[in-house]
Amino acid sequence: MSNPSLIGLIRNEVLKIHRKRRLLVVSTILVVLVSMFTYANYRQIEKQREEQGTIDWRVDLQQEIIDTQNRLASANVQDEFRQILEFRVQQNQYYLDNDINPSYPGAPTFMRIFFSQGTTLVLPLFIIVLMADIVSGEHNDGTIKTLLSRPVRRFKILLAKWMTTLLYTSLLIFITAFVSYAISGIVLGWDGWTAPILTGFQASPTGTFSTDFVHTLPMWQYLLMSVGLAWFVVAAVGTIALMVSVVVKNTATGIGIMMAVLISGPLLTSLGSNWDSSKYLVNVNFGLHTYLEGQAPPIDGMTLPFSLVIITAWALAALGFAFYHFTQKDVY
Amino acid sequence: MQPTLKINQLSKVIGKKTIIDNISFDVFPGEVFGFLGPNGAGKTTTIRMIVGLIKPTKGTVSICGHNVEREFVQAMTQIGAIVENPELYKFLSGRENLEVFARMLPDVTEARIQEVIDLVDLTARIDDKVKTYSLGMRQRLGIAQALLNNPRVLILDEPTNGLDPMGIRDLRLFIRRLVEETGLSVLVSSHILAEIELLADRVAIMSRGKIVKVGTVQDLINELASTVDIHVPDSFEALPVVRGFESVTQADVVDERTIRVSMNLEDTARLNRYLLERDVAVSGLERRVQTLEELFITLTGGDHIV
Ligand SMILES: Nc1ncnc2c1ncn2[C@@H]1O[C@H](COP(=O)(O)OP(=O)(O)OP(=O)(O)O)[C@@H](O)[C@H]1O
Ligand SMILES: [Mg+2]
Repeated sequence: MSNPSLIGLIRNEVLKIHRKRRLLVVSTILVVLVSMFTYANYRQIEKQREEQGTIDWRVDLQQEIIDTQNRLASANVQDEFRQILEFRVQQNQYYLDNDINPSYPGAPTFMRIFFSQGTTLVLPLFIIVLMADIVSGEHNDGTIKTLLSRPVRRFKILLAKWMTTLLYTSLLIFITAFVSYAISGIVLGWDGWTAPILTGFQASPTGTFSTDFVHTLPMWQYLLMSVGLAWFVVAAVGTIALMVSVVVKNTATGIGIMMAVLISGPLLTSLGSNWDSSKYLVNVNFGLHTYLEGQAPPIDGMTLPFSLVIITAWALAALGFAFYHFTQKDVY
Repeated sequence: MQPTLKINQLSKVIGKKTIIDNISFDVFPGEVFGFLGPNGAGKTTTIRMIVGLIKPTKGTVSICGHNVEREFVQAMTQIGAIVENPELYKFLSGRENLEVFARMLPDVTEARIQEVIDLVDLTARIDDKVKTYSLGMRQRLGIAQALLNNPRVLILDEPTNGLDPMGIRDLRLFIRRLVEETGLSVLVSSHILAEIELLADRVAIMSRGKIVKVGTVQDLINELASTVDIHVPDSFEALPVVRGFESVTQADVVDERTIRVSMNLEDTARLNRYLLERDVAVSGLERRVQTLEELFITLTGGDHIV
């Protein structure tokens, strides 16, 4: 193996992050969050049991459909939101008709919901905490001068930093999966890996609900896809965070910028249905799980492949700019 | 002898400001080269170009024949540097720092790491976090890092900053010993002349981005000593006569009874005779013992001298 090798450089980066105890902090937050959600979930089940005596998911689902229809009946529902609600009614009805429980109780269902909810905000936030100072921190400490005057091309140094970002993305996803399964399982039970779940609902080209492509998957397969999508989003956010870290020398400012990017995503989706071309912004596309679950897309014309392409394009552009900036600019 | 470090017509323009203005000098093996200049002269900027942190606007830097821009990796393999401060990871231990930078070099063994630790005498504290180190210890760890790859050129930017007199003396002895044992070249920048005077074989004096003088320390001392004060009854009357003497390069009136002359010192006796022959009653000839400090001030235009 040639020395200085890429593996050695990655080891260096891992050592630096490890010594800053970042992963420990993130894991701790994760444990706290998951514990809280699990407890909330548990309380909800308890409450239902008290009210209904038994838990029958069919009753629940029927109730939910009625609730949603009531909301639809009231006049002051926005058009865009109306579509989302109608989608939900039809989807739930489909579950009922086919006698499939959409939230089979157990840790795998908890994981499914946690990944679906966490992918747009919590997990990207964690990768930002882990990676925001990967380059700007070297500027803040002055160590960039030592790092870049060693006989290793700048290209290779940044490549190692990017691969470290991907490595930590994988670690983060793995820890999230592990923590959410282990903790929720204590209360909700461990099984449900093979429970069927429906996917493939979609808006037909005319924007109406369609079940043409609906099929059932065992939960584990669905989860694999879900975790894969989460990995993809987190890796893209990590890559963009790397670029910001290269360009913005101040770590606090960099974190601020990344937070603004993340938070403005959901904001734009709730406002931006009228602004059609906002679908080309990367942060509007982070909700990949809506496709898997078959909810109406935030903006017409958005599909899973569309979002994947947009995210990939932004991540590649960020990566290209990061490499250009890192290898060409003077270091003071 | 081939220079280990060759600076050729180097310029750096930032914005509209010319920070380094067409400087050239060579450093040879086994030589300690002093790089002198007041604050803001451009020493650090030059060093940044030497180690490839910033690109020259014009000109080239070569290390052992390798152009820093075009053959960056080969050039950096031959150099070790501390730019401004010894910048190391404070949250890692001294040894971990050395291991991190060793992984960026070809073939550095555990034994070599231990060797440099012993060399800079940090063995006792090497496994402590760098944030607990004193400035002097950080300086030594920085030097250890710079020496890991057995460089042919060692660059130290103001290494005596913040060191006490003992520390400065130790550093001086250390550099001397290192040069004798390994034959590498050392470039030491400083704004304090007295430090460099004792350490360097040759110096370059820089001011406002230009090199105003390159020479051996001995050259500088000779040049300084080559001014003579002549005491005469009437300076203004005697001045044209003094200027008439062939080896006088410059002569100025200091006061009514004193003329200051730059000349070849070997000719002072002849000057005395020359003046007496022309009825100038010399009451005294005094070789001025000027300090390097004064020359430095003259050469750098007196800006920001510490
Ligand atoms: N990034 C920059 N942008 C603009 N001007 C700069 C920059 N870096 C340095 N300079 C200017 O270049 C000049 C030389 O600075 P440099 O740091 O090289 O001086 P120095 O000789 O190392 O001084 P000191 O003894 O104070 O360390 C200064 O006038 C400084 O203001
Ligand atoms: Mg300086």
